[in-house]
Amino acid sequence: MSLLTISGLALAVPSAGEWRTLVEEVDLTIGAGEAVGLVGESGSGKSMTARAVLGLTPPGARVSGSIVFDGAEVTSLGAKELRALRARRIGMIFQDPRAHINPVRSVGDFLTEAMVANLGLPAREAAARAVRLLAEVGIGDGARRLRQYPHELSGGLLQRVMIASVLALEPDLILADEPTTALDVTTQSEVMAILDELRRERGMAMLLITHDLELAAATCDRLAVMYAGRIVEAREAGSLTAAPLHPYTSGLLLSRPRLEETVHRLLVIPGRPVAAFEADPGCAFAPRCAHALAACGEARPVFDGTVACTRSAELTLQGES
Amino acid sequence: MSFLLKRLAGLAVVLLVASFLVYGLLYLVPGGPMAFLLGNRSGTPEQVAAIRAQYRLDDPFLLRYLSWLGDALTGDFGSSLVYRQEVAALIGSRVATTVLLVGYATVLISAGGIAMGLLAGLRGGRLDTAIGVLSSLFLATPPFVVGVLLAIVFSVGLGWFPVFGPGEGLLDRLYHLTLPAITLSLASAAFLARITRASVREELNREHVETARARGFGERHIVRRHVLRNASIPVVTVTGLNIAGLIAGSVVVENIFALDGLGSLFVRAILQRDFAIVQAVVLVLVTAFVLINLLVDLCYSALDPRLSR
Amino acid sequence: MSRLGGLGTAAAALLAVVAVTTLAAPLLAPYDPDFPDLLSALAGSSSSHPLGADALGRDVLSRLMYGARTTLLGPALVICVSSVVGTALAITAAWAGGRVDAVISRVLDVLFAVPGIVFALITVAVLGPGIPGVVAGLAVAYTPYVARVVRSAALRERSLPYVAAAWVQGRSAFAICVRHLLPNLRPIIVAQSVSALGFAVIDVAAISFLGLGVQPPAADWGLMVKSGFDSAMRGQPLEAISAGVLIALVVASVSVLGDRLGRTV
Repeated sequence: MSLLTISGLALAVPSAGEWRTLVEEVDLTIGAGEAVGLVGESGSGKSMTARAVLGLTPPGARVSGSIVFDGAEVTSLGAKELRALRARRIGMIFQDPRAHINPVRSVGDFLTEAMVANLGLPAREAAARAVRLLAEVGIGDGARRLRQYPHELSGGLLQRVMIASVLALEPDLILADEPTTALDVTTQSEVMAILDELRRERGMAMLLITHDLELAAATCDRLAVMYAGRIVEAREAGSLTAAPLHPYTSGLLLSRPRLEETVHRLLVIPGRPVAAFEADPGCAFAPRCAHALAACGEARPVFDGTVACTRSAELTLQGES
Repeated sequence: MSFLLKRLAGLAVVLLVASFLVYGLLYLVPGGPMAFLLGNRSGTPEQVAAIRAQYRLDDPFLLRYLSWLGDALTGDFGSSLVYRQEVAALIGSRVATTVLLVGYATVLISAGGIAMGLLAGLRGGRLDTAIGVLSSLFLATPPFVVGVLLAIVFSVGLGWFPVFGPGEGLLDRLYHLTLPAITLSLASAAFLARITRASVREELNREHVETARARGFGERHIVRRHVLRNASIPVVTVTGLNIAGLIAGSVVVENIFALDGLGSLFVRAILQRDFAIVQAVVLVLVTAFVLINLLVDLCYSALDPRLSR
Repeated sequence: MSRLGGLGTAAAALLAVVAVTTLAAPLLAPYDPDFPDLLSALAGSSSSHPLGADALGRDVLSRLMYGARTTLLGPALVICVSSVVGTALAITAAWAGGRVDAVISRVLDVLFAVPGIVFALITVAVLGPGIPGVVAGLAVAYTPYVARVVRSAALRERSLPYVAAAWVQGRSAFAICVRHLLPNLRPIIVAQSVSALGFAVIDVAAISFLGLGVQPPAADWGLMVKSGFDSAMRGQPLEAISAGVLIALVVASVSVLGDRLGRTV
C-alpha cells in the first residue's frame, strides 16, 4: 500500500467574485521511501498540490477529491489531527529560506522550536540534537550557529538549516517545494545532494516540486509533469526522459541547454504557460503544441495513468539525447 | 556601542543648537532684550539694574550665552521675574504632575491602542470595521476638543470626575488625572491601534508564518511566538514617537484641566513674558523629547536582530 | 471626482460648503457676529438662535460662519509657507547632493527634534500672542516634514533618464528643476500639503484655545471652544460642542482628502 494517494484532486480559489481553478483531476501516489518529482512551470498548480497535502490551502479555497495519507483521509481531518500530521508525519521545505524562516528569531530558536513544542523534548536536549543535525547537513560549529540570526547566514546555509529542521522530526514524507531555486547555482547541487542522501538514509519519502525536469530526473524514482493544473504525463524517471510521450514533456527536455554539446539555437516552447482557469475547453497545451490537430482544441484528453494526449500512440517524440 | 555614542553626540548637538536658538531669540525681539524683559511692566531703575545684572546685558552676546549655558548645565536657570523664585525650583515643583500625566497616558495608549489593534487585526470582521471607524473619529478630533467634550459630559454633566485641579495623594491624583490622561491618549491610541492592526495583518501573511503552520504549531503558539514578536517592532517605534508627542500635547491638556504642570507654567510664562521660565521649560521639553526618541531607537535595535551589530 | 471615491467626494463637498459659507457669511449669517445681545446671553437653541448665544449674547451660528475665516487662514498660511520653503530646500538638496544635501538634512534633523506646538509657543513668546507668531513658528516646524517627503521623491525623479536628457541638451539646472522636476513632483507635494493642513488646523486652533493665537473678540473656532467651555460650566454647552464638532469635521474631511490624493499619486 502506498504512503500517499491523491485521487481526483481539484482546487479552486475565489477571485473577483468567481472561482478560479488552479488544480484539476490530479492523481498521484507515493510509496514509502520513494521519491517522486512533480514538474511544471510556474502557475501549473504543482505548489498548490503539495500544499493541499498539508491542508495549507489559501483561505476560502475549495478543495475536492481525496488525499489519503497512511490510511487517513487528509481533507476531512479536524484542526487538531491536521496539526498532528504536520507536526510529526509530513515535513515541508520551502523555496526561499530567507523569507520562510522568522528573521527575528535565532537559528537555534527555529531548530529547537518544533522539537520542544511537537516532540516535548527539554530545551537542552533539543539544542544538542540541533547541533548534531547541523553537522549532518554539513554545518560545523553548530553551537555558534545556533546563536546566530538568519540574516547572518548565506542562503545555502539557511536552506540546510531548513532541511535539518525537517529531518529533526523524522517525518515519513518530505514535501520539498523548489528547495534549490532561490539559491546560488554553485550551491544548488550541493544542497540537493545533502537532502537526497539524508532522506534515503532515513527511508523518508519525498515529493519534489520543481520546474527543473533534469534535476527531478536525477533525484527521483518517478516523475509527474503538470501543465495548467493537470498531470499530463507520469512515468518512471528514466523512461520518461528517454522517450517522452507528451509533447509538453518533450518540449521541456529540449528547451534546456546542455553542457556536453554546442547548440546554435535553443529550442523553445512557443507561447506562454497558462493556469488551469485560463485554459481552453480542449487540451490546455494545444495552442502551443507543434503536433496539435483541430480535434485537440475540442475535447480534453483523459489522463490514463501514464499520459494525457490523444496522439501519444502515433507520435514519436524526442527525449534526452 | 559606537551607535550609542553617535546618537548621544547627535543629541548633544541638537540640544546645543536648541539652547542657542532659545537664548538668541530673546535678542531678536523688536526693542531688544531690555524692552522684552520688562514687557508691559514699567521698570524702576533698581529693577532695570537687577535685570541688567541677571542677564549680564553689558557683556558680549556669546559670552552671555556661554555663561547662561554653563549655569543651565548645573541646573541654574536664573530666577523668575514674576514669581521671584528660582526657575529650577519652580520647574521641580511642577514636573511631577506632567510626568504622572504623561505616564498615565502612556499606559492607556499602550494598553488600549495595542489591544484594539490586536483585536481588529486577529479577529477581523465587524469588530475590525467598528474599531476602524472609532479610530478615524479619535484621530480627527483635536485633543483640546476631546478634553472640553469629556469635561462637559463626565464632569459637568454626570459629575463622575472632578473638572479642575491635581488632587492630593497618589490615588486622588490619579483620579483627578483620569480625564486629562484619556484626553491626551485618545488620538495616539487610535493611531497605535491602526499601526498594530496593519503590522499584525502583514505578519500573518508572511512566509515564515506559513512555515510555522506547516510545522504543525497551534494558532496561539504562532500568534505569540511569531506574529506578535515580529509585529512589535513597528508598534514599539510608534508608541515611542507617541510618547514624545505627548510632551507637546500635555501643554494643551494641562491648560484645559488647570493642572499645575510644566505646560501650564509654560503658557503662563509666555503670557507674562517671563523669559527665564520659557527658556528653561523649552530646554526641558526638548531634552525629554530627544531622549525618548533615543530610547525608542535603542529598543528598536534590541528587537530587530538585523539592526544590531 | 471619481478618483476621490464616495467618502473623498463627501469630504471635498463639506469643505466646499464651509468655504462658501464663510465667504458669503455677510449674506447668510442671521446676526452681526460681534453684536452683544445681553438679554439672550447663554440662550439655548431656539428659532431665533439655532445654536444658542454665547456668554455675551452673541449668536453662535453667526460666529461659527464668520469664524471659519480666522480658523482656516492661519493653517492655510502655515501650509503655503512650509510647502514652498520645504520644496525649495528639498529640490536644492536633491539636486546639489553632497555637502549641500548633508547640511540641509542636518538642519532638518534638528528642526525635527522640537515638537511643532512647542516651536510655535517659542515664537509666540518672542513676537507676542497672535496669528503672526503662531504662523511663523508652525511654518518652520512643518517645513522638515514637507522637505523629507519631497527630497526622497526628487532624488528618485532626478535619477530618471529624462533629466539626464535635458541636461545633455544644455538646459540649466534651474530650468530643469522648475520646468520638469516641479510639475512631476506636484501630486506628491499637494497630497503632503493637504495632509499637513489637517494637523495645522488642530495646532493653530489649540494655540488659540490656549489664548496665544487669535485674540478675542474675533470669532474663531478654537477661541469659541474656550469661551464655550466657560459657558458649559455655567450650564450652556452648545457653543463649545458645536465649535468642537465643526473643527473635528473639517480636520476629518481634510485628512480623508489628503489620504485619497496620496493614494492616487
